[in-house]
Amino acid sequence: MTSEELLQIAEASTAEHEQFDFQLNVCMGTGCMSQHSDKVKAALTEEVAKSGKHCHVRQTGCMGLCAAGPLVLVEPTETRYGNVHEADAKELVDSLGGKPLERLETHLDKYFQGQQHIVLENSGHIDPEKIDEYIGRDGYQALMTALTQMDPQTVIEQISKSGLRGRGGGGYPTGLKWGMVAKAGKGQKYVICNGDEGDPGAFMDRSVLESDPQRVIEGMAVAAYAVGASKGYVYVRAEYPLAISRLTASLREARRRGFLGSNICGTTFAFDIEIRLGAGAFVCGEETALIASIEGLRGQPRPRPPYPAVSGLWGCPTLINNVETFANIAPILRNGPQWYSSIGTERSKGTKVFALTGKIANTGLVEIPMGMTLREIIFEIGGGIPNGHTFKAVQTGGPSGGCLPEEHLDLSVSYDALISAGSMMGSGGMIVMDDTSCMVNVARFFMEFCMTESCGKCVPCRAGTAQMFDLLTKICDGEATHADLDLLIDLCDVVKNTSLCGLGMTAPNPVLSTLRYFKHEYLEHIDNKYCRAGVCACAGKAPAKEEVTA
Amino acid sequence: MRRHGFARNALIETLHTAQSSFGYLDDVAIRFVARSLHVPLSQAYGVVTFYHHFSLKPAGKHTCTVCIGTACYIKGADKLVAEAQKYLKIKPGQTTPDGNISLMTARCVGACGRAPVSLEDGELVGLMEPAQLLKKLEGWAAND
Repeated sequence: MTSEELLQIAEASTAEHEQFDFQLNVCMGTGCMSQHSDKVKAALTEEVAKSGKHCHVRQTGCMGLCAAGPLVLVEPTETRYGNVHEADAKELVDSLGGKPLERLETHLDKYFQGQQHIVLENSGHIDPEKIDEYIGRDGYQALMTALTQMDPQTVIEQISKSGLRGRGGGGYPTGLKWGMVAKAGKGQKYVICNGDEGDPGAFMDRSVLESDPQRVIEGMAVAAYAVGASKGYVYVRAEYPLAISRLTASLREARRRGFLGSNICGTTFAFDIEIRLGAGAFVCGEETALIASIEGLRGQPRPRPPYPAVSGLWGCPTLINNVETFANIAPILRNGPQWYSSIGTERSKGTKVFALTGKIANTGLVEIPMGMTLREIIFEIGGGIPNGHTFKAVQTGGPSGGCLPEEHLDLSVSYDALISAGSMMGSGGMIVMDDTSCMVNVARFFMEFCMTESCGKCVPCRAGTAQMFDLLTKICDGEATHADLDLLIDLCDVVKNTSLCGLGMTAPNPVLSTLRYFKHEYLEHIDNKYCRAGVCACAGKAPAKEEVTA
Repeated sequence: MRRHGFARNALIETLHTAQSSFGYLDDVAIRFVARSLHVPLSQAYGVVTFYHHFSLKPAGKHTCTVCIGTACYIKGADKLVAEAQKYLKIKPGQTTPDGNISLMTARCVGACGRAPVSLEDGELVGLMEPAQLLKKLEGWAAND
């Protein structure tokens, strides 16, 4: 494969699509598939054949707005239809070339306008199982340029200059990590893509792997070249069957086109990727536990240092990055680091994909430039809280993050701002809660999660989370005293400071952040045996004294 | 196993394959996998019990998996679980005595945009209501 050949494939792919008057892109992500978008696609194909219009129906990845699925995007008019059903197919096909179907249009321009798509630029525009469509949208140019015109050191410099930070939650500068692995001797090295999206309520990685898997493969290949690795692993959760099958197909395609294997792009560079499946363990998102799991062991973390960059998979230097981090690599090399670092805030560059879920009108996937405020995300892009309820809290960072109340809504989204407010960026789950959610109950839910997911290796995490869960249950049931609350706070401190890995260290965060912003709810449960959201068992036990109307 | 070259590190992959073929992992299957890959039986058993995905008991004819990830929880997945528990008189992770229906819970299947979701025999259904779930379960029970 040479750059001329790459250009030829791209041109052929574009030409193939330009011969059609219209493209009907049907979303075939997990969200829309659960609404039978496959049947919609079949119905549309049939109707197009009947009408004789010069039109192409194809499957694409996730378009983001899962709330209005199944989604259909008409190109080149860029009309978006939502809630399309089989019965609508005929009407939709008939409307092509004329006025758009008013009835099915999504009318959510605000949802799409506020966003800036870099990671998701191809999602909804290409067929994820066809590598040529990816190449047609500038795919694999970055790998080609890196291999033929840059030395590994230059690639790392470019990534460092862009200011990209790890998108898995920790926010470690990606360029620095790559540099560490590159410097770690000359022997066998590995590149691992962390697709173990354990954080419940987040589905960015799933969506990227389903919608644009080639982008992740390209990012990994560039990384392997930069650090000098010859073997890569993608670790995907077994709960994502569609992502696994698309990724498997894409790896095969990439090998066929010569982007994986030996002599990639006509150079001496050799690299191949294997898939490893998770088996349902949250702790495997932690990098040392993930390495243990790839080795075929129980996914238990080990103390760091040594960091995986020095001693990782089978004791070799290993680079681990998140799916979204790898997805950012190709656009950075293509458009230059200056372009990337012009987006975002002082210390957090680029964009971030969030999974907007919970009690919000427009649930789905959004990609926004760093520095946007939570209020803009929730009320402008997300469309606010439905059914006349009021906003109570937004939870970021999954079971390791925290809940932020109304007064922090003007906080801009960046790694440092969220940490200073007692939450964290996390992998990108953003769960909105309204007044029907009890914060103590939510804290209890997360504690239950951490309790069952604790691997049991270190005592503070194994025993501490169980004790904290018992205390929270007591508070929820209205049987707790103030001494219990004090004990809970002490326990949080102990577990936070003495646990071995990230799971234990961050397990108390949901409790600490709810205590910080919603202490009154804890006190109501203890003093008045009253739950203002009416979800806890104590609500029925004793009537509230003064705050019935609250 | 051959696809992975009988590599020891492919233990989890092999167990996945075995589970999807047989539905669950019994003693015979674990012993066989451990012996073929030259992995100590204790390690194989440790891996099987560590990961939630592997099951040591056969599943029922139908499986209802309710997602209890955060997004689904906020949207009332606990009510779905309670409803199913009440109807089937079993706890999550158990199978009805007649071996017809298994009730499971999952930690997020990644379809949070459609929360609350459940998997009915592997088919993802979004925006689930307790009544709708009950109807499905009744349908399964009636067909037995």
